Amino acid sequence: MRFGIIQFPGSNCDQDCHHALATVFGQPTRYIWHKDTGLGGVDCVVLPGGFSYGDYLRTGAIARFSPALKAVADHARAGGLVIGICNGFQILCETHLLPGALIRNRSLKFICDHVRVRVESTNSAFTNAARPGQVLRLPIAHGEGCYFAEPAVLEELRRDDRVLLRYVDNPNGSLDHIAGVCNAGRNVFGLMPHPERASEAILGSDDGCLIFESILRRAAVAR
Amino acid sequence: MVNNRSFMKAKIIVMPKRTVLDPQGKTVKHALESMKFQGIQEVRIGKFIEVEVAGTDRAAVRQQIDDACHKLLSNPVIEEYTFELQ
Repeated sequence: MRFGIIQFPGSNCDQDCHHALATVFGQPTRYIWHKDTGLGGVDCVVLPGGFSYGDYLRTGAIARFSPALKAVADHARAGGLVIGICNGFQILCETHLLPGALIRNRSLKFICDHVRVRVESTNSAFTNAARPGQVLRLPIAHGEGCYFAEPAVLEELRRDDRVLLRYVDNPNGSLDHIAGVCNAGRNVFGLMPHPERASEAILGSDDGCLIFESILRRAAVAR
Repeated sequence: MVNNRSFMKAKIIVMPKRTVLDPQGKTVKHALESMKFQGIQEVRIGKFIEVEVAGTDRAAVRQQIDDACHKLLSNPVIEEYTFELQ
């Protein structure tokens, strides 16, 4: 499966994602500069963590208008897979490819920690390799990770089984303990925890592998 | 001279919606209370943005600023905005 990692000025998890996908999983993986207007035929787009455009104005607000994001939106509308991690999740919300927004942590503190998240739905390209209810230990590192959406949107997410990950012990005040959601088409996924930083035992956890294994399993089924 | 001015200044205020938690505002409210300021009911913290725009057609500039507020300067999911032109 061909992966493309979008690089913005200020991305800082792009190489971690590359390592996980290319070295740990042996997949053809390339970088895509934010000014590129095409995706070079990749199957799955990764929006990595970091501080795109210095987080100026709002997290993800400027990145949303990059040429590459237009190509990502077209890719998503055509059913292509997109995963946004941390800042990537914030960008997907600003782009309206995912509902809601990520605001300042309730504690006002930047949180850098390992947390437990529960897989709430295995009905997605990103969680199908997990057991329902499986608890993963994944790192988080964010100042704006508090998920917010209007009550009607939260209800829709619950009703349509679109909350894929919930925090076991909510670290940031996210409504409904949401750590990761997918779009209605279930092909776009955003999450605040970093699976790529938990893709080898030497990193303290390899639970993040389940996310990437799910994507590869979906590709194998599609083939 | 004022009439010859060929630009306008938009003064934009972006505030978190009432339904959105504002932990900064809450923290500042507690600080004010602990400093014994009396009668503090609520503190909410938003952003103030100034934009200078070339043009003399007030309606057109107003429309453009409104569009910019909606698309970039605020996120309608969590914020609301007001602005005045000078």
